[in-house]
Amino acid sequence: MSKWKHYFKTYFLTELRAGLWLTWKHLFKRKVTIQFPEEQTPQSPRFRGLHALRRYPNGEERCIACKLCEAVCPAAAITIEAGPRESDGTRRTTKYEIDMFKCIYCGFCEESCPVDSIVETRIFDYHFEKRGDNILTKEQLLAIGDRYEVMIAEDKAEDAPYR
Amino acid sequence: MDFMQLVTEGLWIVAKIVMILLPLILAVAYTTYAERKLIGYMQLRLGPNRVGPKGWLQPIADVIKLLMKEVVVPSGANKTLFLLAPILFIAPSFAAWAVVPFDAELVLSDTNAGLLYLLAMTSIAVYGVIIAGWASNSRYALIGSLRSASQIVSYEIAMGFALVAVLMAGGSMNLGDIVEAQNGSALHWFWIPLFPILVVYWISGVAETNRAPFDLPEGESEIVAGFHVEYAGMAFALFFLAEYANMILISVLTALFFFGGWLNPFQGIPYLEPATAWIPGTIWLLLKAAWFLFMMIWLRATFPRYRYDQIMRLGWKVFIPVTVVWLIVLTFWIKLEWGWWFDGRGLAQLAQTVGGAS
Ligand code: SF4
Ligand code: SF4
Repeated sequence: MSKWKHYFKTYFLTELRAGLWLTWKHLFKRKVTIQFPEEQTPQSPRFRGLHALRRYPNGEERCIACKLCEAVCPAAAITIEAGPRESDGTRRTTKYEIDMFKCIYCGFCEESCPVDSIVETRIFDYHFEKRGDNILTKEQLLAIGDRYEVMIAEDKAEDAPYR
Repeated sequence: MDFMQLVTEGLWIVAKIVMILLPLILAVAYTTYAERKLIGYMQLRLGPNRVGPKGWLQPIADVIKLLMKEVVVPSGANKTLFLLAPILFIAPSFAAWAVVPFDAELVLSDTNAGLLYLLAMTSIAVYGVIIAGWASNSRYALIGSLRSASQIVSYEIAMGFALVAVLMAGGSMNLGDIVEAQNGSALHWFWIPLFPILVVYWISGVAETNRAPFDLPEGESEIVAGFHVEYAGMAFALFFLAEYANMILISVLTALFFFGGWLNPFQGIPYLEPATAWIPGTIWLLLKAAWFLFMMIWLRATFPRYRYDQIMRLGWKVFIPVTVVWLIVLTFWIKLEWGWWFDGRGLAQLAQTVGGAS
């Protein structure tokens, strides 16, 4: 009996017609596409996007070259060289680079930083135009931090109760 | 016929070819657009909508992009054959249009072997595929072309049988005569007596054009892009063009063979027939073909790809037996003159002609 049922189903394309009916109905349903540059999905303040190095309000860079971020980075994307700063002899990074092609945006660097220096911002739509541009230098990271400090500070304050 | 007459005649034929090909290429371009839009809509997306209003210029942008790209010939490829293959693939799919009647009088070549010519043209395209796969000097391309070859060859048998049924029903190999044989009303069309054949023909047609769910020769997830994996730029565009031209051809042929071609679907219905009498037959044909084109896209949006052995099983163990059985049924149907489809072609007519001859 089940064999005949099977034959019936096969020759009358029962299941295939059910599938066609489904796609037919979907043809007229509301479309869910987000038109990106004009429309955006909501973002969490925890969003892990482009990196930035922050400064204190007095303009002093936060990073103390402890190299915790370099050590914790699972993708080995961070390269740090440290030394005393010429003007006052404090320990600072002489080189701080993140290879954005290696980075997996895990956020561990931000977690590990004792002075909230390296952070990940909510910026996700950036691009590189030349080979080599993917390696962000200390200057670039500090510049990003300066530019978006207000936004970064707000995001961190909003997220602070949960950490 | 003097020389001048010959020249004007030749030019006239060339003009007619251009009149068929230009709209065809435009139709191909916008079929790709329709496909992307429709599949997008069926997947609750919007599809291309950035180039021009509502994305209307998207196909034009695609063409320009493909034209500007370099045609890369892989090292170790047979250069002559590599460049010849796309042409071998596209030429038959364009040539087949020569016998397609767009209206009672609107046909490039009103030949009596139209059906045979069509079969020949659709089969010859497989050479392009095989040569493309072989000349590319790439494993994926070779596997893709072999798959394509065996698939086209197997489905051609079912398709050939289906065309035999059409030939029996229409009583002619001329496409125009086949359509004329369906004259009467929408119930006179061959889709009723030939319904199983219609299904077989349609599905074989989808398989012949290597469309989803029978797109094993391309099989992106298994063999990248099959036989045209090594092609870029214009050479790739030719394959693309041919595939879509074939799709349109199969849709038009289905409309011609089973749905009365250019005949008005409201024929024989009071009020509706006179009200629609002003619509030219070509429009009806194109509307019917557009529906089948939509069906092809719809199938692609709905079904996952077949497994290879399932494709072969379907072709050899289901379609060929079904068509053969229906050929026998059809023979009785025609000879006993059931219904109104085959008037004057049954036994009574036979007896008359035999009696008249003796
Ligand atoms: S986000 Fe993760 S992978 Fe990227 S730099 Fe920080 S620690 Fe390394
Ligand atoms: S960014 Fe933070 S964790 Fe990394 S070296 Fe500087 S202070 Fe240490």
